[in-house]
Amino acid sequence: MTGGVYRSRFRSGPRRARRRIAMAAGLTLACAIGLVTPTATRAGVATNSTADHTTFEELEGPFADGPSVTAACLHCHTNAAKQLHQTTHWTWRYDNARTGQTALGKQNVVNNFCISVQSNWPRCTSCHIGYGWEDASFDHASETAVDCLVCHDTTGAYTKPATTAGHPDPSLDLAEVARNVGPTSRANCGACHFNGGGEDGVKHGDLDTSLIDPDFALDVHMDADGLNFQCATCHTTGGHEVTGSRYAPTAIDRLGIDVPGHTDDTRATCESCHGLTPHESNSKLNDHTDRVACQTCHIPAFARGERMTKVRWDWSTAGRMNSDGKPYHEEGSHGYTTYTSKKGDFVWGADVTPTYHWFNGIIRYTKPGDTIDPADVVVINAVEGSADDPDSRIWPFKVMHSRQPYDAGQSVLALPHVFGQDDSAFWTNFDWPKALQAGMATQGIPFSGAYDFVETQTYWPLAHMVAPKDDALSCNECHAKRGRLADLTGFYMPGRDTFPWLTMAGWSLAGFTLLGTIVHGLVRIVATARARVRGG
Amino acid sequence: MPHRDKKECVMVFSRFERFWHWSQAALIITMMITGFEVNGAYEWLGYEQAAHAHRFAAWFLIGLWVFVIFWHAITGEWKQYIPTRRGIMAVVQYYTTGILDASVPHPYKKTRMAKHNPLQRLAYLAFNVLISPVIWISGLLYMFYNEWVQTGLDGPVTLGDVALVHTAAAFAMLIFFVGHVYLAAFAGKPFYAYLKAMLTGYDLLYVDPRDPPDPNRRAPNRCG
Repeated sequence: MTGGVYRSRFRSGPRRARRRIAMAAGLTLACAIGLVTPTATRAGVATNSTADHTTFEELEGPFADGPSVTAACLHCHTNAAKQLHQTTHWTWRYDNARTGQTALGKQNVVNNFCISVQSNWPRCTSCHIGYGWEDASFDHASETAVDCLVCHDTTGAYTKPATTAGHPDPSLDLAEVARNVGPTSRANCGACHFNGGGEDGVKHGDLDTSLIDPDFALDVHMDADGLNFQCATCHTTGGHEVTGSRYAPTAIDRLGIDVPGHTDDTRATCESCHGLTPHESNSKLNDHTDRVACQTCHIPAFARGERMTKVRWDWSTAGRMNSDGKPYHEEGSHGYTTYTSKKGDFVWGADVTPTYHWFNGIIRYTKPGDTIDPADVVVINAVEGSADDPDSRIWPFKVMHSRQPYDAGQSVLALPHVFGQDDSAFWTNFDWPKALQAGMATQGIPFSGAYDFVETQTYWPLAHMVAPKDDALSCNECHAKRGRLADLTGFYMPGRDTFPWLTMAGWSLAGFTLLGTIVHGLVRIVATARARVRGG
Repeated sequence: MPHRDKKECVMVFSRFERFWHWSQAALIITMMITGFEVNGAYEWLGYEQAAHAHRFAAWFLIGLWVFVIFWHAITGEWKQYIPTRRGIMAVVQYYTTGILDASVPHPYKKTRMAKHNPLQRLAYLAFNVLISPVIWISGLLYMFYNEWVQTGLDGPVTLGDVALVHTAAAFAMLIFFVGHVYLAAFAGKPFYAYLKAMLTGYDLLYVDPRDPPDPNRRAPNRCG
């Protein structure tokens, strides 16, 4: 893969602008008080629970802290914590059997947003489903450290401050929250998954807070006034294990429609409900499903909601000070931050055309300590697949482009320590060598002392913000010479591909034939005229 | 050798043949326009509409051909396409030099059961047994690409191979078309003579005494 070019256009118009300003203002406030806010408005989840938690003595409280609430929950739900301990949501660790890569997962991998978790625990673990993951010594066997409320709160009041290692806001009435637990909603999942990368909409491109209360045009399944799917409608759970994986996605689900006895126990693929021949009135479209993922046509663009998504992050410009010697930040006309001294330059996009790639579900990571080629773009999570591989389909991706530090002495990606009040944290002291020294030490990769910046990409398969079928891609978007799939090679696609020599030969021969007939005709006309003159 | 000196105005292209010829012409023109758009020669309808119309016309043309093959088999008209070398050079010579002189008659004496000259026979035979079958077979393979998996064809043959053959045959069709339109619509005496015959069905032909008399024959002065 080479450095792709993202095409984005920025929205304009008063309605969107107003909303964006409101959103930006709200966010600034949220940032100011340092909260990860799920949301105040909630699209309700239908519940048919047989238990009314408001009547439970165990939940009368008051509760001093999160773990006390969990202890009360576990009083009845005796196996819940044990179940959660088995999940990636808890371990932040993933071993990929298909690639043989072990010790992946959020706590271990390098990314191209805030780059690395392990030297920045309390900030990053504000999105962990637990309490108190402050450093590497966190006890993953602790049952009361499991945070039940962050997924089961229905009041919308439960918030985890951004920097307190997952502990909730101490001013909350935890008993009130505990008495109002229920099924997990979009807002619960979204508290973390809509805000990944440090802010609303930054990371995924197809997940942001506009999906808390979306309309049909934004997502046909989650449409709050329609099907109102929650995340778990597709990401089905069993024993608290949520299906669907970023590390090992299913690129094609040949099992098709899931019925009892014929199921992989997840609906996290389109095919789980729609099968592989879902187009009833146009069978030609069904001819595509073996090679083209549903998402490719049905997610025509990402960041289609109210939020823009971050498409580029340049760390190399971070650390500049204003004329007063203070860190500063700049905003673009769209109301989004375009520069901060802490993080560098950002580019945002809305309605961005995805990047398309063959994908067989295998993703190979450039892990901490892996040698890189700084002269080239480093693809941190390379998606595999090709036209020749029958298990590959064409998938849409958000490609996140970054310029991030690497250790020039040993050609490995650098792991900066950015968060903290100590002397080495970049966001406090803006000193790269110190930040890299401290950050890399935590993952056992000594910093050589030399650093520079390298272009990186991460690939984010798109599966949300599914558009109404009238907005799905038409044939012409791809079956064209300069269409969306212009860069995908290795196969013949009608409308895009030709055999230039045949085109040249064919048109030349046809042209000569036509020329021959014209000359022949002219000679005849002249001959006739001359005969007439002579005869006349 | 039957003596051919008497000319008669007879129905040489029956109503069915004319229907076949002109609907086939319309369908082939449609398929060339849409097909070469799919092949990227120009942008007019857009791929989706072009490919759709191309498939649509293909099925009509296949249907037409089924009737036409049946008709040829039953009526014995298929014999019109049996190639012959006899007199072919005379025809070639006529179209290169003789045609320039109004006084030189066409060397081939058409009769109702031998209405195509040797050059025509050769060209139409190539159309019937070479260009058309290649274009049909490759076109159907193209259309049913997704079903290859069930045939074992998938693997040794790629869609690109099929597209290559189909496109090459389409160019052959285009070349035939250009030559045919010129010779058939502009190379008679008067230049529109053959075209008129294909429109009205009647032409002045030599009488082969072995042919049954045409009950619909017209007086020569009322021919066309």
